Amino acid sequence: MTTAAAKSAETEDGGTWRFPASQALRLESGATLAPLEIAYKTYGALDAAKSNAVLVCHALTGDQHLASTHPMTGKPGWWDRFVGPGKPLDTDRYFVICSNVIGGCMGSTGPASTNPQTGEPYGLAFPVITIGDMVRAQAMLIDALGIDTLFAVIGGSMGGMQVLQWAADYPEKVFSAICIAAAPRHSAQNIAFHEVGRQAIMADPDWRGGAYELAGVRPEKGLAVARMAAHITYLSEAALQRKFGRELQRDGLSWGFDADFQVESYLRHQGASFVDRFDANSYLYITRALDYFDLAGQHGGVLAQAFQKARKVRFCVLSFSSDWLYPTPESRDIVRALNAAGARASFVEIETDKGHDAFFLDEPQLDATLKGFFSSTAQARGISRGLA
Amino acid sequence: MTTTVREDFREILRLVKPGARVLDVGCEDGELLELLTREKGVDGQGLELSPVNVSACLAKGLAVVQGDGDRDLDYFPTRAFDYAVLSKTLQQMREPKHVLSELLRIADQAIVSVPNFAHWRMRVSLMTRGRMPETRALPDPWWATANIHLCTLKDFTDLCRDLGLKIDACAALSGGKSARPFDPAGILENWRAETALFLLSRA
Repeated sequence: MTTAAAKSAETEDGGTWRFPASQALRLESGATLAPLEIAYKTYGALDAAKSNAVLVCHALTGDQHLASTHPMTGKPGWWDRFVGPGKPLDTDRYFVICSNVIGGCMGSTGPASTNPQTGEPYGLAFPVITIGDMVRAQAMLIDALGIDTLFAVIGGSMGGMQVLQWAADYPEKVFSAICIAAAPRHSAQNIAFHEVGRQAIMADPDWRGGAYELAGVRPEKGLAVARMAAHITYLSEAALQRKFGRELQRDGLSWGFDADFQVESYLRHQGASFVDRFDANSYLYITRALDYFDLAGQHGGVLAQAFQKARKVRFCVLSFSSDWLYPTPESRDIVRALNAAGARASFVEIETDKGHDAFFLDEPQLDATLKGFFSSTAQARGISRGLA
Repeated sequence: MTTTVREDFREILRLVKPGARVLDVGCEDGELLELLTREKGVDGQGLELSPVNVSACLAKGLAVVQGDGDRDLDYFPTRAFDYAVLSKTLQQMREPKHVLSELLRIADQAIVSVPNFAHWRMRVSLMTRGRMPETRALPDPWWATANIHLCTLKDFTDLCRDLGLKIDACAALSGGKSARPFDPAGILENWRAETALFLLSRA
């Protein structure tokens, strides 16, 4: 379906793919989304056989700026440590694609995009989306880029859920699937934390029922609190203790409600810097998509059924020992379902005290494991060592 | 094949049919799976406790799950494999009887090797020293050994009979010598076989 007419504003290393209104995205809810725009970045070069494409799926607050300077924060890409020339995901060898999820706020169609029916930002008129919808949009982009099969789909957290969804929905298009620190469904505790975040946003008077953009305000306080609560779940008790303990910001207590403790100051900073780069309504929609995620539920309650057609996909599932957001037993459920389906599965629990966010951080065993997995899988796929 | 291949692996390589589906329980760094993949073109899957070993396996292109033979076999579907291999670790399982029956639920045949506690070296060590035997086959002192369910050749064949398992082949392994096929009912074998390797199937 490579439609030259659909292509615009595309550059060598990505851009925004604008699908014509005729190519609407059919959503799980029954609604349709059109026109659809997908913002993406690419790194490296596609080989002649188009066999070396890797799709990286980003997490809840991530975006397509994987391994290049973020245009809003000026900071290195969120996985710069892992993706690049000579790095574990080697852009001298692979063509790496990362797109902003639909519902996001970094260029793909989301609640801040213009609603064609009103000419105003969608706000709450934006349809509720799912992980499956995000993946279907990515599949449209991959198709538009002229790629039949992805050498690998990889992602952590919500990205890992998209990886599972890819394997379930498009097994013939996925050679290998790497799912890091994810879960096959959102647990009651996961939903509970997200509900706290959403309520914080919606309780902010500047939220204005989602129509804050028209009013020229932003629910920054609510979004910051949502981020603060969520950020705690990305760390571990041990990591917080190691980093901050009960250390104070200044000498002595303030006997008031200033940020006395370093951990308070750290969280306030996390909240404050988040609102500069993220949209509150996007946060509502994407957390909702996560809460609705239940891969077994999509397959008659039997997780193994989701992988029945994915037996040829080479799976690599990784978890972190101190992750309490999506703890190791969740990954084990995925692996057991893969085994039950007769799929080719590998699994390692990486020992670390860094919690859920360990997949962004310097974790040598993660790098070593994935480097080994990539190079042996590339050999099986017949991808040459480097591009001539 | 090089001479550095372990004798038990050499025997397993001989037993396994080309292109078979093999589950290696406790596959360590993947040496056997790699050998079977290279020499017999098997479709292999490993189960291994140590994360460092699992990473080493992934680098070799093997499909290996970090897991525990005691807990994780239950999740494999029935008759998913042609062979399930368990090398010298049955005696370290919490429930060897359950593990053995699970191996033969998951696979059509199981290849299981066990150290024989009735080997003459064991008997001599216990008789002369009056202490828990420490031999070349079982070198660790009692307080450091991972072996919690040691058995003799007779014990093992009794268990197979109780579980309704058929012994399709068996070989004795002693030191670095080549595997020697033997009859488990043979009168002196319970003294002679240092380690016994069995090919089992459901009767």
